[in-house]
Amino acid sequence: MTAMIEISGLSKSFTLHNQGSAVIPVMAGAALVVAPGECVGLTGQSGAGKSTLMRMVYGNYLAAGGSLRVAGLDVATASPRQIIRLRRETLGYVSQFLRVVPRVPTVDVVADPLLQLGVRADVARTRAESLLARLNIPQRLWSLSPTTFSGGEQQRVNIARGFAHPYPVLLLDEPTASLDAVNREVVLTLIEEAKARGAAILGIFHDEGARGRVCDRLVDVTGFTPKVAA
Amino acid sequence: MGAVELGICAKGNEQPLFQVDGLTKYYGTRVGCLDVSFDLFPGEVLGIVGESGSGKSTLLSCLAGHLRPDLGSVTYDGRDVLGMAETERRRLSRTEWAYVHQNPRDGLRMGVSAGGNVGERLMAIGARHYGTIRDTATDWLGRVEIAADRIDDRPSAFSGGMQQRLQIARNLVTGPRLVFMDEPTGGLDVSVQARLLDLLRGLVRDLGLSVIIVTHDLAVVRLLADRLMVMKGGRVVEQGLTDQVLDDPQHAYSQLLVSSVLQV
Repeated sequence: MTAMIEISGLSKSFTLHNQGSAVIPVMAGAALVVAPGECVGLTGQSGAGKSTLMRMVYGNYLAAGGSLRVAGLDVATASPRQIIRLRRETLGYVSQFLRVVPRVPTVDVVADPLLQLGVRADVARTRAESLLARLNIPQRLWSLSPTTFSGGEQQRVNIARGFAHPYPVLLLDEPTASLDAVNREVVLTLIEEAKARGAAILGIFHDEGARGRVCDRLVDVTGFTPKVAA
Repeated sequence: MGAVELGICAKGNEQPLFQVDGLTKYYGTRVGCLDVSFDLFPGEVLGIVGESGSGKSTLLSCLAGHLRPDLGSVTYDGRDVLGMAETERRRLSRTEWAYVHQNPRDGLRMGVSAGGNVGERLMAIGARHYGTIRDTATDWLGRVEIAADRIDDRPSAFSGGMQQRLQIARNLVTGPRLVFMDEPTGGLDVSVQARLLDLLRGLVRDLGLSVIIVTHDLAVVRLLADRLMVMKGGRVVEQGLTDQVLDDPQHAYSQLLVSSVLQV
């Protein structure tokens, strides 16, 4: 079966032009593969480059070298337009932070990925409501903007938004971090369901129990640290 | 691939709506903008950022036909815009193009009622039936969240945020495909800005508008623009996916711009 994420020889450095043009190499020779229906967990200490790698897969950070294929598209060399389309149709991302237009009701925030795909508004809304209900966001909050919600509620809104469309590839950055046991269970079940429908998932899980339950393999990013004296 | 299996019709088609190549404008010997090129596709929002004097407003004026560039080409829907007769270009700006000014007073007629401001643009393209014009105007005032009972008030009686929404209604009533915006949220309170951003996002998505938006506000482009161009000294120093340019800027000037934003 063809892999949905295929990374090889990937490198990344930051050049700080306004701080003496310091060049900071942060990654070299990164390689991994994620097949459909598989969940791969990234491990390594804080600062080892887990989030950097996830951001590169999403096209948020530019790759310095190597190849990074997501559903056949080389994100390292793709045009913005191709990446926008990839993100709309194929590649979902649940980040740790909720970034939304203030004032927009929660239900519309969650329905937005579907509306962007041209799904009918009532269908998108129904799907959004069922996810919010499943994630135990009280119904009285659905019509309010999530910007004033608690950290755990915002995270669940983010998860609902990330699972609204059945993306074939999903990136999950600590999806269970600030959740109670009940909601953690809901999120793990959502991940298992996504795997069952064939989604390829790359994630960061500090929660070891969660990691053990949903990850098929682990990749330690410490192996991708450039071999230079820092 | 995945999209086909999911039965989703891909939005956005493969022909650019608007193409700019090598656009250059001098003011005497001084550079206004230099060798700017890009393609804009249907439904795409392009943000242009840069400090005052970076050439972003000159560029927008050249694109919208308010200024004549010295070099380069501009193609809209396969037509050579710079080679068009003035009447043809004016017709385009009344129908398929729209221009939202920073100051609503520049885009509205302050002595005419709100309904008149919206209806006027319809009449300019040949609408004649009073009832239809008034109904369409009322509908558009509703879409930009201006109460129907304000239709006979003049914009001078409106708040800044309402004036800006009225200007947007006046511009969009004729169903344009390409909208130029010059600092559309500049000078508004943050609460009013958020409301306007939400409105613009919805209109872009529902009407499939292509938008070129000039602003110095990075938060606005992050929420609104698909792609970003950073200008300095009349040149485009960096362009790419909006969040990539903001989170991993490559050029010294973009890095300075991004790192200079005050955190709230």
